[in-house]
Amino acid sequence: MAKKKKAAKRVATQSTRSSTGTTPRKTRAKKATSKKKAARDAPRKAAVKKGNKKRSPRAGKGTQPPVPGAWKVIQRISTEAESVRKKILAKRTPTMQFPVRSLSNVVYRPTSGFFEMKGRTKERTLTVGTVKTFAQTLRMMAFSKELVESDDIATKREAYYVSKNWQECRFNEQPESDTVMEDVEALFGVNREQLGFIPEEKGGDVAGELVVVDHDRETGEELRIDCTRFGSGAYSIPISVEQLRFETKARFILAIETAGMFQRLVKHAYWRSANCILVSLGGVPTRACRRFIRRLADAKKLPVYVFVDGDPYGYSNIYRTLKVGSGNAAHMNEFFCVPQARFLGVTPQDIEEYDLPTHPLKDVDIKRAKDALKNDPFVRHHKAWQKALQLQIKMGVRVEQQALAKHGLNYVIDEYLPRKMANTGAFLP
Amino acid sequence: MARKSMATKTRAPSTARQKAPRRRATAKSMASQQREISVSEFFTKNRHLLGFDSPTKALLTTIKEAVDNSLDACEEAGILPDLEVAIEPAGGDRFRVVVTDNGPGILKGQIPKIFGKLLYGSKFHRLRQSRGQQGIGISAAGMYGQLTTGKPIVIESRTSKRRPAHRYELVIDTRKNEPVVKKDTTVDWSAAHGTRVEIELEGVYRGGRHGVETYLRQTVLANPHVEIAFRPPGTTEADEPVLFQRASKVLPVEAHEIQPHPYGVEIGLLLRMLKETRATTLKSFFQTEFSRVGPTLARRIAEGSGLTSRTSPRRVSPERAELLLAVIRKSRIPAPPMDCLSPIGEERLLESLEEQVAAEYYDAVTRSPAVYRGNPFQVEVGLAYGGELGADDLATVCRFANRVPLLYQQGACALTKAVLQTNWRSYGTQQSRGALPSGPLLLMVHIASVWVPFTSESKESVAGYDEIIKELKLALQHVGRKLGAHLKRAAKARDSERKRQYIEKYIPHIGIALREILDLSERQEERVVRTLTGTLERSRKM
Repeated sequence: MAKKKKAAKRVATQSTRSSTGTTPRKTRAKKATSKKKAARDAPRKAAVKKGNKKRSPRAGKGTQPPVPGAWKVIQRISTEAESVRKKILAKRTPTMQFPVRSLSNVVYRPTSGFFEMKGRTKERTLTVGTVKTFAQTLRMMAFSKELVESDDIATKREAYYVSKNWQECRFNEQPESDTVMEDVEALFGVNREQLGFIPEEKGGDVAGELVVVDHDRETGEELRIDCTRFGSGAYSIPISVEQLRFETKARFILAIETAGMFQRLVKHAYWRSANCILVSLGGVPTRACRRFIRRLADAKKLPVYVFVDGDPYGYSNIYRTLKVGSGNAAHMNEFFCVPQARFLGVTPQDIEEYDLPTHPLKDVDIKRAKDALKNDPFVRHHKAWQKALQLQIKMGVRVEQQALAKHGLNYVIDEYLPRKMANTGAFLP
Repeated sequence: MARKSMATKTRAPSTARQKAPRRRATAKSMASQQREISVSEFFTKNRHLLGFDSPTKALLTTIKEAVDNSLDACEEAGILPDLEVAIEPAGGDRFRVVVTDNGPGILKGQIPKIFGKLLYGSKFHRLRQSRGQQGIGISAAGMYGQLTTGKPIVIESRTSKRRPAHRYELVIDTRKNEPVVKKDTTVDWSAAHGTRVEIELEGVYRGGRHGVETYLRQTVLANPHVEIAFRPPGTTEADEPVLFQRASKVLPVEAHEIQPHPYGVEIGLLLRMLKETRATTLKSFFQTEFSRVGPTLARRIAEGSGLTSRTSPRRVSPERAELLLAVIRKSRIPAPPMDCLSPIGEERLLESLEEQVAAEYYDAVTRSPAVYRGNPFQVEVGLAYGGELGADDLATVCRFANRVPLLYQQGACALTKAVLQTNWRSYGTQQSRGALPSGPLLLMVHIASVWVPFTSESKESVAGYDEIIKELKLALQHVGRKLGAHLKRAAKARDSERKRQYIEKYIPHIGIALREILDLSERQEERVVRTLTGTLERSRKM
């Protein structure tokens, strides 16, 4: 027994050395200071955040994601760790309560317009089988605390590489570390940016009748970004959009799934003729992209129309995630959804109406459609969507946005979109 | 098949019409061709019946017959057998096989008959467990040698210190089935008693599953009291021989001779016994010539067939004899005495396996004797698992009949069938449908009987009597169950060890994380790790 203890101790000291070795000098200094010092630092940071808030006063109250001060995040992490420690010392097996992150734990409320969590939680009890994940979760929390304390950030990929210092606890693949990170995020009900983690992916592209007002990071000088002046390029949505303000006279926002279609509409300046703002989603929209569209639509009271491929992935993954959020990050859906979004196309009916070339549905498509009919609370709420999906399964085919090119490359600009826009009331919910 | 014979039939008449049918042979001309066939002649032509069908097998069979004889003789005389087996190249594909034992030796006058006459021996007429049965083996080996090389068998034997060792060179007159002595001398011998047999023959020496070395190793496995020194071809006198050491100094229990059991008698044998008996009444015939028949039963059998207990056995007609048999089959007769058997025994089996096989787990079972067709028999199974046995291979099955290894015809043998019919999967080993189990497993399957029902005279596989298969399966299931329990225990121990390591691996990280978050001191961290380890280890036991 004595031997075992010694071994454990050795491991512990080793890993301390290696983990502190990689952190910047100032972190080490801060860590040495007591909790009190951290608390003393906190108000300063909170003040900075508050300042940010002031700069975007137009965002309606309650639509702002909760930005707990750094000290609050640290406090939550510490509280959770303390409760684990107390249970251990009381010789009970420690547990942590995580919200279940799946579609089965969300409910669709048309009044609020997004997926709300039902509050089902799963309890992760520390047993022989879960000891590894448990340890990884705690180490991820420790890393997050370190990031917040030092006002640093790490991308998901960087976090994965940092774990390589954790000996046996290291993650073998990034999806493992992402899952643990999302668990921690959900555990504290915060956005991962508040934990110091930022996503890798870029937010999406914007072109059209819009001026984005941002500030220079160094000087604080106001920057006016005119999205009509990117030529054949586009404005790239930043990872954090809370500080942005908007000026626009556009009539609506058009969100487009594929970069190819976005390019075509930009190239022929569709935004000018239609007086709109074009946003390229690039597949399932990122949180930043969703948040950007939401803030823009809220601030300028603009309708949002969504133009994606005519397949179950386009309907239930891309469109539904944009409109009501996902089951995976349900605790944040309130801020990362666009309830005012409406579905422009391509709908299953369009296939016949516009005589579009199709591909047969793959098995995964059919499975996805049936799964959505059975389990997706959003689809289950909307009869129109059930009809559309059932029609698609019956037709057995899918259609891409680009299929409109059959009638001429600019058919989409000259015919399809104008005809659609003439009857926005017929858009799917 | 049917179509083919039709075709030849339709063609046949046309040729017959062209040539007038002619008597090809007359009874008289045929009679001139008809004469007695000597046994030796018969086996010259049908050597495969005795196990001489290939050069590899011929070499093995020769050694096997010589070793069998030596071991039987040693055991009967109560001597711990020490054998030397040497194979010397004799030019071309010829080999000289020399088997020397420390047995009681053979009387001078008997030597020519034993080695130079087929179907001469001490074991055929007795019902008692022994390796040899018919008295064909060693003389057939000599005959095979003589046939392929022209060289005589050389036998040296000494029966006591006071007598000289005799040396005979024999050939067999295959027509008459009689030995012809070529040379008869005396030689110097250092040992007080023993026999040396030398046969030169054409053969092929091979290693592997069917090789001589495998045979000798398995012989010692089933006969832990035997020690064999083996000199394979290519080694000289100066080289150390390959030594198969004995694992036990205890001689097997002596097997007693018994009379045939009434259930095992068929009509031909019964008629012969009736004719040859010295008994004058049926009652005394049954009482003396059979085991387990008392006066009451003897009288009941005689009277049940319409005869009396005082009828003379010689006067019983074949029809009456059939009736006698029918009555016997209907009567309830106790099982034959079992002291005619000499199993290896569980203890010896375990000793032997532990000595010869590098494994982790050993088990052995000896079933109580049982009876097939009036013949007592007994089944034993030894099992070795793990260790250096090949984990990815199929199980090795070593078959033995009356302590003699069976190397050929594994598929046709009842001993193999019993292994195949046992469901090894329920004992925690893998087994494909219809195949041997796989894994680091060695099985010894032994049947001991006064008369092992071999499928042929070459004694390569055992016939599948229901009673025998049933006993074999019961024995295999017995060791299988225990193996299953052992494996389960081992797996559980492995599992909990793995869990323990798992706990030790990850708990320190919980300590590190908590220290980093809560700014704990090293002492506090250590306490968390220690307490948690204790808690988890206790919960693991539940």
